[in-house]
Amino acid sequence: MSNTVNDAGTRTRGAATLAEPPTGTRSRILGIGGYRPRRVVPNAEIVDRIDSSDEWIQTRSGIVSRRFADADETVAMMSVAAAREALADAGVEASDVDCVLVSTVSHLLQTPAVATIIAAEMGASPAAAFDISAACAGFCYGISLASDMIRGGSAKHVLVIGVERLSDLTDPTDRSTAFIFADGAGAAVVGPSDTAGIGPVVWGSEGERFEMIRQEAYWPVDGFGGEAEGVEPDPESAKGAHVLRMDGNPVFRWASFEMAKVARKAVEAAGITVDDLDAFVPHQANMRITDAMARQLKLPGHVIVARDIVDQGNTSAASVPLALRRMHDDGETRSGDLALLIAFGAGLVYAAQVVRLP
Amino acid sequence: MASTDEIRSDLADIVNEVAGVPADDVKMDKSFVDDLDVDSLSMVEVVVAAEEKFDVKIPDDEVKNLKTVGDAVAYIERAQTG
Repeated sequence: MSNTVNDAGTRTRGAATLAEPPTGTRSRILGIGGYRPRRVVPNAEIVDRIDSSDEWIQTRSGIVSRRFADADETVAMMSVAAAREALADAGVEASDVDCVLVSTVSHLLQTPAVATIIAAEMGASPAAAFDISAACAGFCYGISLASDMIRGGSAKHVLVIGVERLSDLTDPTDRSTAFIFADGAGAAVVGPSDTAGIGPVVWGSEGERFEMIRQEAYWPVDGFGGEAEGVEPDPESAKGAHVLRMDGNPVFRWASFEMAKVARKAVEAAGITVDDLDAFVPHQANMRITDAMARQLKLPGHVIVARDIVDQGNTSAASVPLALRRMHDDGETRSGDLALLIAFGAGLVYAAQVVRLP
Repeated sequence: MASTDEIRSDLADIVNEVAGVPADDVKMDKSFVDDLDVDSLSMVEVVVAAEEKFDVKIPDDEVKNLKTVGDAVAYIERAQTG
């Protein structure tokens, strides 16, 4: 608009009209990728320090083994590997990605966001890049944000990454968490579509239950592990003070029953019924939670239920895309299938949506 | 208002459904964990089902006090009359 000067020759403040974003664009997931750390850790390696047994862990969680990242399998390294697989699956070049969104709680540097270095390593710069903190719900939060970015015109291809090295934040002697948490990365490319491929999100938070799953202590304000100036950094003591704690049974109750209601709302919001679903892919928190939710939802027999947790453990924000990739690779799901995703975790926070699989 | 034995019987059906324990084994003096092999996660499922069945609230903090079938029946009776 050039019409910002009136007849008297003086400029009128705020007179210009801003360009509007395109309307009518829809979104879908174009590709999925994952990275599973090399080292397989069977229950036998966990049990001694929690005075437990392989059978107890399997009965309590369904977990037989999990993977812990080696030193070189950093949050960024695992993310890049998962993202490259997702881009290949989508047939999208890294240079076509205009936003990288990473959900993690285990990038142990307050700033800058790990998303920036991932974008640079991928060759996606100058893509927008930022991290979100939505714990185990992070992937479904990210899919929702990415979908809205595409529909709102702020991006054409968004890389959504869920990545964790929870082994860095786990107390190996804690009977509530030591056998649950694990490491890995998953990624999805979200892009434009002619038809709606990502259903409306049903999401929320319950900060009243902030204490139920949380990092035990704040990072120290006066240095890594140090109580006062001049104290040498002590990574071991710092690790002990900043582990994740979880109040297992109340979390189980909330996740199994309250989250089933959220999942049902997401199906309704998508305008379909559970009969229309092909797959149910909940956050891989605990097999007992997955089973309880599936019972509450009364899923028909044809709906495939994700059970990646058996040999992957609970990888927080990475668990849903890792499970999706596994189901794709095993031929359990097909392109075009409708999957109900739900993820939930520390906050407490949750998000659910129905998506069409790439 | 349901009688004590009606509550026990309905609770036995719930325990059977959640944990596969024969309903006849769910007697007042039995411990959920030690006698009936109902672990703490199954116990949560029993509690949620009991809340719906008996229209009572059983908060998280109370669940650990319900060690025997009799404890649970007594809690439900009190909650119903309260």
